[in-house]
Amino acid sequence: MFGLQKQDAKLLLIVIGLTMLAPFILNPFPESSGWAQFNAGYPDLMQRFVIFGIFAIGFNILFGLTGYLSFGHAAFLGIGSYAAMWMFKLFGMNVLPALGLSVVMSGLFAVLIGYVSLRRSGIYFSILTLAFAMMSYALAYSVLATDMDGPDKQGLLQKGLTGGETGLQLTLSDPRILGQQATDDGNLPVPSFFGLEMRSATELSVGDWVFTFSVGYYFSAVVMLIAFYLSIRIFRSPFGMMLRAIKSNQQRLNYTGLNPKPYTLAAFVISGMYAGLAGGLMASMDPLAGPERMFWTASGEVVLMTILGGAGTLIGPVLGAGAIKYMENILSKINSDILHTWFAFLPDGLEDFVVAIIYPFIGKGWHLTLGLIFMAVVIFLPGGIVEGGRRIGSMFKGRAKKTDAASGGKTVAPGQDPAE
Amino acid sequence: MGILDVKDVGKRFGGLQALGDVNLSVKENTCHAIIGPNGAGKSTLLNCLVGKLIPDTGSVMFDGQSVLGRSPHEINQMGISRVFQTPEIFGDLSVMENMMIPLFAKRDGAFRLHAIESVFNERALRAEAEEMLSEVGMLEKQDMHAASMSRGDKRRLEMAMCLVQNPKLLLLDEPTAGMARADTNNTIDLLKEIKEKRDITIAIIEHDMHVVFSLADRITVLAQGTPLVEDTPENIKGHPKVQEAYLGESV
Repeated sequence: MFGLQKQDAKLLLIVIGLTMLAPFILNPFPESSGWAQFNAGYPDLMQRFVIFGIFAIGFNILFGLTGYLSFGHAAFLGIGSYAAMWMFKLFGMNVLPALGLSVVMSGLFAVLIGYVSLRRSGIYFSILTLAFAMMSYALAYSVLATDMDGPDKQGLLQKGLTGGETGLQLTLSDPRILGQQATDDGNLPVPSFFGLEMRSATELSVGDWVFTFSVGYYFSAVVMLIAFYLSIRIFRSPFGMMLRAIKSNQQRLNYTGLNPKPYTLAAFVISGMYAGLAGGLMASMDPLAGPERMFWTASGEVVLMTILGGAGTLIGPVLGAGAIKYMENILSKINSDILHTWFAFLPDGLEDFVVAIIYPFIGKGWHLTLGLIFMAVVIFLPGGIVEGGRRIGSMFKGRAKKTDAASGGKTVAPGQDPAE
Repeated sequence: MGILDVKDVGKRFGGLQALGDVNLSVKENTCHAIIGPNGAGKSTLLNCLVGKLIPDTGSVMFDGQSVLGRSPHEINQMGISRVFQTPEIFGDLSVMENMMIPLFAKRDGAFRLHAIESVFNERALRAEAEEMLSEVGMLEKQDMHAASMSRGDKRRLEMAMCLVQNPKLLLLDEPTAGMARADTNNTIDLLKEIKEKRDITIAIIEHDMHVVFSLADRITVLAQGTPLVEDTPENIKGHPKVQEAYLGESV
């Protein structure tokens, strides 16, 4: 089906089902219950799940397949966002051309950065990409944010190409030659897909549950599904096989008559375009692009997502992105008051003690929790969430045919089996 | 004129003259062995043939074209395949995938962006790979993870990967180094079979005299970077200079 093997088609269908039903699945707790704060089914967060999913899927094509660890992928995220914003400012609020320009621009930058960085491998490659990303950040933060209009004019480039610290924003005086400069009631127009506004949503109340279906989420989800489908095709293509061969043994590849350089560059550009697409989508959901999107922490985040979910696996990066964004948004909302209500059943002294122990790991301390989880995954589960799922799966299946698995099981190095 | 002509090749590493004025001609469809004591420059010479090193002087012509200045993948595309001293395979890939990659290289050249097609649809290449695997007796191992195989199997796989490209020249760098006697004999049988069945020229670097004398049609003895003698195995065996320089009493 769709030119995929049976197993891959099954995986794709499951992912389609999950993303389409996400507003229900992520909202399991009724509004009035104490657990409602663990609901993740609101548009803002769901959009982040799928957008960072796209980012991580693309990153995985480079890192998971070739083993080249880029530490500067957030640069393409930022470039994608700025490109989309300029499309909104100059031409109109339709997201399709904006996403198109995001992908093209980030692809062009990826050719440039990749061509230079890929002259080295290993740690030097990582450092080069990091340097490029931080240069992009510095450019966006200050160099490209100077007044390029001239001191007495209030034109389009008054705050430069990037808008500096405050970011690039829409204004009422933007030309938008193919759309309207302002809405009828004088407000800024909203990004839309041929008239469907990204931020419009309908709510469905069933008993104590409220489910929100937003256009923005479903648009991003469809884009993510297309991106995911393409990544499956790439994984299963001869090109994907070459990329895994590069990770495995470049020397042999050379002596087999293949030139690894164009292959790695193509992988780098493709994954840069994925990042640009994600950046464009971020700008489409919330028309604002700031330089912090290119900061090295953002590059590090996508590395964490990919490794946490399972580098080199198809679905891993999406799961990793979801897990990290969930923690970032849900764990960080828990504060000490909430903890106190949870542990109110304990005697007073004990309650304070328990809260004092847990407190550093929640709220602003959620990074601490993430760090611990990440360490645990790297040490005990090098294949990430996907490997965890596989182990649990084989525990249930394996009991029946344990001997079979022990004798016929081939050893597959962690993170390198794409068959999941 | 042979298929491979090495003329006046010299290579210097700092103060060490690794190769000096090496002249060598490998005739088509023969097996040519290069032997010599440690440090004689055998591996340096081999690396000059495959593009890993560029000699300081001289020329290397393969099939009428110079290989100098070309990178390893270009030289492979000209028709030279190399087997390494320790088997170089794609350990993370399955045996079948290991076989598919050289076939893709042969069909599509050094680079092709075939990112959307499926590997599963390449039936013709798969059939070719299966045929080659059954020739080396590894068909039933095609789904195995290559890194998990025994060293002997890795060596077989590496040879199969080279042979499936139908190279004009197969370079073997001590193919039986570190092998048990039985594995060595298997490798000799395999190479003999290859020689009989195909139009292929083989150049082999080897320490094991048993291997050399069972396979080679001609032998070049290298000592201190220069060829000492080149002759048939029978004559080499009895050659006093060779005995003195290399073979000692073992023959």
